[in-house]
Amino acid sequence: MNRRRWSQAGPPLAAVLLLLVVWQLAVMLLQVDKWMLPSPIDIAKEAAASVPVLLEHTWATLKLTLLGFTFGAAFGLIVAMLLHPIPLLKRAIYPLIIVSQNIPTIALLPLLMIWFGFGLMPKIVVITLVCFFPITIATMDGLMQTDRTMLHYMRMAGASRSQLFWKLELPHALPSVFSGLKIAATYSVMSAIVAEWLGTDKGIGYYMVLQKAAFRTDRMFVAIAIVVLLSIAMFTIVQWIERRVVHWQQSSKTENELS
Amino acid sequence: MAAILEDRKRIIVKEGIKIGLQLEHSIKEPKSASTKEPKTASTTAPSQAAVALRMLDVSKSFSNSKGGSKVHVLDQITLDVKQGEFVSIIGPSGSGKSTLFHLIGGLLRPDQGSIFIHDQLVTGETGHVSYMPQQPALFPWRTIQDNVILARELTGRSKKELRGEAASWLEKAGLQGYEKAYPHMLSGGMQQRAAFVRAMMSPHELMLLDEPFSALDALTRSEMQRWLLAQWEEHRRSVLFVTHSIEEALLLSDSIYVLSHRPASVLKRIEVPFPRPRRDTLTRSADFVELKAQLSSLLQGDQSI
Repeated sequence: MNRRRWSQAGPPLAAVLLLLVVWQLAVMLLQVDKWMLPSPIDIAKEAAASVPVLLEHTWATLKLTLLGFTFGAAFGLIVAMLLHPIPLLKRAIYPLIIVSQNIPTIALLPLLMIWFGFGLMPKIVVITLVCFFPITIATMDGLMQTDRTMLHYMRMAGASRSQLFWKLELPHALPSVFSGLKIAATYSVMSAIVAEWLGTDKGIGYYMVLQKAAFRTDRMFVAIAIVVLLSIAMFTIVQWIERRVVHWQQSSKTENELS
Repeated sequence: MAAILEDRKRIIVKEGIKIGLQLEHSIKEPKSASTKEPKTASTTAPSQAAVALRMLDVSKSFSNSKGGSKVHVLDQITLDVKQGEFVSIIGPSGSGKSTLFHLIGGLLRPDQGSIFIHDQLVTGETGHVSYMPQQPALFPWRTIQDNVILARELTGRSKKELRGEAASWLEKAGLQGYEKAYPHMLSGGMQQRAAFVRAMMSPHELMLLDEPFSALDALTRSEMQRWLLAQWEEHRRSVLFVTHSIEEALLLSDSIYVLSHRPASVLKRIEVPFPRPRRDTLTRSADFVELKAQLSSLLQGDQSI
């Protein structure tokens, strides 16, 4: 198991390391100014120097992300479950949901601020709006792709509408639900950063705005690194939950690999 | 209702046993059968001829979504499965056997005709049959024991209690030790046995088996046939069995309905004269080979038309 995990993680890690080395050498050899492009070592030094401040901001962003993701996931699942059993409603709403994704989140921010003020509320709304989409679409697709034979079996056996949903459609859709959740998890960090650009006094987004104003490129890179790490963390958390909930798929995958 | 009963009397099929093809009247002309007596003695079915399933004059067509032209799939199908009888349906592929099952299971409504299960009119109603599909279709997120109790669970009983009941069934199917395994851990034959146990544990007496062995390799298939034969001879449920294999139908059934090419109608009802319990050595006996040849020429004759 461990060996396999290493063989999976090895190549991308090597690629990242190689990139960092090339970057470091390029900055040193070409003598790029530090305010234009700091070297990885400069960035690491800066990060180490401001750990307490960074931790505070990171913690604020993580809390916002988790809160927004939870709301977004709940909202997305509820929308999918409400639309799925009523075909007419689904036909009416589904295109609207798709079109709504063409509205840039940035354009919504001023409106949300007017409606909800500067507190936590507009930020949560932004993250929810971003997160619910992939979850709703993935869940509805999953629910629609219920195995025909299993469906026939359940209906012939006399299953009621709610039994069909809870005992067949929902568990059958779970792998699909989790792919939606994983996409939403990575989106949630980005949208939290964007949400923090509108008035707040803590969070990585706020930190980025501050450092940009001060032309502190090295600190901008530190912030970017933290955003990436947060995204990976969110993804990993969802994946961890998935492994426990959709256990039958994981084990059948390993089985297939072995045979 | 009186008219329906009258109809039923007319189409009762005589079941005298003779060697060779016991070819009854063509069911498309029910009037010629009006004087036939109900069967008297048989080693193959209970003497009281209570009827588990009766289809009367069932027709079904589907409208083609493109041209609006209708595809006529089933044409006035009339068939009976008596209580405790094993009845097979064979016919050329594409002759609407799945449609037949969907009609009996209540997923579809016939354009005309009626369906009775245990003397109850159930046309277009679900929840009266126990179904075993072509693919085992076990739920991958449920353990084997939770899969086989599914139909009983739908009646609102607690899983815990049902798991206890499942244990002895699984043991009989040679699946002891696999109660908590997931379907993908089992071989094809074992999955099919679990699907059969799931059908057996259903609270509905009438079982519909839809080519259950067609996806298995030849060796597993004949092993499963033997196993099914033994299981059925022990429990004697009413079974309607769809198959492509003449040999399988002859080995397992009490009677066989031969369907025609589309639109499918009943060409013949054949009584299988072999006594039970049957062994698979039966397939080598002269009578068996003779019957098989006659059946296959009947099927080929229809196809060439």
